[in-house]
Amino acid sequence: MTQETPLWEVFIRPRNGLSHRHCGSVHAADEVLALQAARDVYTRRGEGLSIWVVRSDQITASDPQTKDETFEPTASKIYRHPTFYEIPDEVGNM
Amino acid sequence: MDERAALFELLLRLGDDCLILGHRVSEWCGHAPILEEDLAMPNMGLDLIGQARSLYAYAGEIEGKGRGEDDLAYLRSDREYRNLLLVERPNGDFAHTMLRQLYFAAFMEPYWREMAKSTDATLAGIAGKAVKEMAYHIRHAGEWVIRMGDGTEESARRMADAVEELTIYTDEMFQTDAVTDTLSAAGIAPDPSTLRAEWERTIDMVFTEAKLTLPKYQYPQIGGRAGLHGEEFGHLLSDLQYMQRTYPGMTW
Amino acid sequence: MYSQGLIGADSSTTESEEFLAAFQARIDREEKIEPNDPMPEGYRRTLVRQIGQHAHSEIVGMLPEGNWITRAPTLRRKAALLAKVQDEGGHGLYLYSAAETLGVSRDQMTEELLAGKAKYSSIFNYPTLTWADIGTIGWLVDGAAIMNQIPLCRCSFGPYARAMIRVCKEESFHQRQGYEIVMTLAKGTPEQKRMAQDSLDRWWWPSLMMFGPSDSDSVHSEQSMTWKIKRFSNDDLRQKFIDATVPQAEYLGLKVPDPDLRFNEETGHYEHGEIDWDEFWRVVKGGGKMNRDRIADRKKAWDDGAWVREAALAHAEKRRARQEATLEAAE
Repeated sequence: MTQETPLWEVFIRPRNGLSHRHCGSVHAADEVLALQAARDVYTRRGEGLSIWVVRSDQITASDPQTKDETFEPTASKIYRHPTFYEIPDEVGNM
Repeated sequence: MDERAALFELLLRLGDDCLILGHRVSEWCGHAPILEEDLAMPNMGLDLIGQARSLYAYAGEIEGKGRGEDDLAYLRSDREYRNLLLVERPNGDFAHTMLRQLYFAAFMEPYWREMAKSTDATLAGIAGKAVKEMAYHIRHAGEWVIRMGDGTEESARRMADAVEELTIYTDEMFQTDAVTDTLSAAGIAPDPSTLRAEWERTIDMVFTEAKLTLPKYQYPQIGGRAGLHGEEFGHLLSDLQYMQRTYPGMTW
Repeated sequence: MYSQGLIGADSSTTESEEFLAAFQARIDREEKIEPNDPMPEGYRRTLVRQIGQHAHSEIVGMLPEGNWITRAPTLRRKAALLAKVQDEGGHGLYLYSAAETLGVSRDQMTEELLAGKAKYSSIFNYPTLTWADIGTIGWLVDGAAIMNQIPLCRCSFGPYARAMIRVCKEESFHQRQGYEIVMTLAKGTPEQKRMAQDSLDRWWWPSLMMFGPSDSDSVHSEQSMTWKIKRFSNDDLRQKFIDATVPQAEYLGLKVPDPDLRFNEETGHYEHGEIDWDEFWRVVKGGGKMNRDRIADRKKAWDDGAWVREAALAHAEKRRARQEATLEAAE
């Protein structure tokens, strides 16, 4: 088998006011072709106004092995959420 | 020449260019070198077929004999098609297909840009949409021509072969006759001969990066506008017209 | 459009009971499994196999319909068909991407398909002989696909479920364009109506076979259901399809080619005649009319395209080298 064509992750801004969202991936030899492929594959029904592509192997991801130590400590900090505080109804919306 | 007759003739020429090139591009569907291109090429094909539909519909209106888009697209004889020889050239390899697309789009993009200023509102409307589609075709095909021209030894050879074979068909795009003269004088359609410099600039930009050169040639191939096509064209029509000819007068 | 029920996956797995129980508990809580999560090897293998087969089906599925793009009878039909076949390519692409999250590359999957080692939906090993087949495929084959794919939107594996949501959204026009074609023929001349009936006669049984072997013969169904890769059994989906489709045929004045077909007032379901499973296995095992041609076509596209893919990679390498040289010169 010859060398494989790299994989790119595609992010699309559906319309102004929204952030780019991951919507899938494409294979392309370079960034110019990756952008064109993303356009041809993922915006055929008017899904986007702006596209980002980034090489999949350039993404640094958190380690699933450390999921517990990374994410669980925040679960107990309930004082960060508005419902932690008791305000009487008469005060109105706060 | 009568303006209305000239306009009808021009609409057929443009409609046929779009239909026939769209037909050729659509032949790739399911057979592209990369899955991503199996999505890109139908996009180009759909742009062209969409343009053809608008042009034929308007041609039918101008003619005023009750012929619609399908009558014009399907029910004419070989000699009545007016497309450029360039667009009917068989697909060949991916180098041929992308170069053909680049040559055509690099001409049509400025053509539609000028046409958007037409005194004819319908044509100006069609042009306004088509110009953006052609700009994308230039980019897409251009990027591929660059990669094949400056890729491997094999791709460079194939790209150079495509240039050698297809360039002789490009002169026809810039040709003028009574039809184009009448319409450009009336401000209805651009004079194609005035677009050559811009076309050459676009091609030159791509070719410089692709390490290709536009060849000099002695005998340009023309004849499509007069219905004098190549031998493969009849086979294309056999496919295109198969249903309409086999089952005449039915609704599909 | 979708492949038949999974053919031939090995879901055996060797993890500890504790590990499997914890995994199953996540599945039972309807948690989605993401690519980097711990998962049983059998789960991973089943998904790679199923998503791969599904992706291959989309890609091979471009060929029978692609056969009619240049001969579509009107420009409107031509544009719709081209857009539809393009969609199939897109769906194959989304699905390959979903499988790639499990550590198998698209090129590897492609090589397997071309070597004849990977399955794809047998429905595409039947030829498209007339224009009516384009309508019938949209109506029946895409109709069966939708039955299969809607539950897959809730599949336990996140990337597969997300791909299916996108596919289902895009595919909603496919069945309608097919039915509209058949309806036009059914309301047309006697010749057109004959064309529609002939097409239904040829595609009806293969469409029923798309749901895969009967539950009693479906080896992998149970494990897939437990892991919530699959939500309904082959027979349940097939029944749903028949119940939905028979009235659609009646509306068109076409006859479903099953002399034993009858409506059971009590159950509210149609009962159908015996499916020819020998025929099914014959085609699955390579004996269909188009098996060889389909793979040969795909292989030709892949082999002919090799120099293009190599050129793009070579050019990318040259660009990278040039950019580096420019940077160094600037320093």
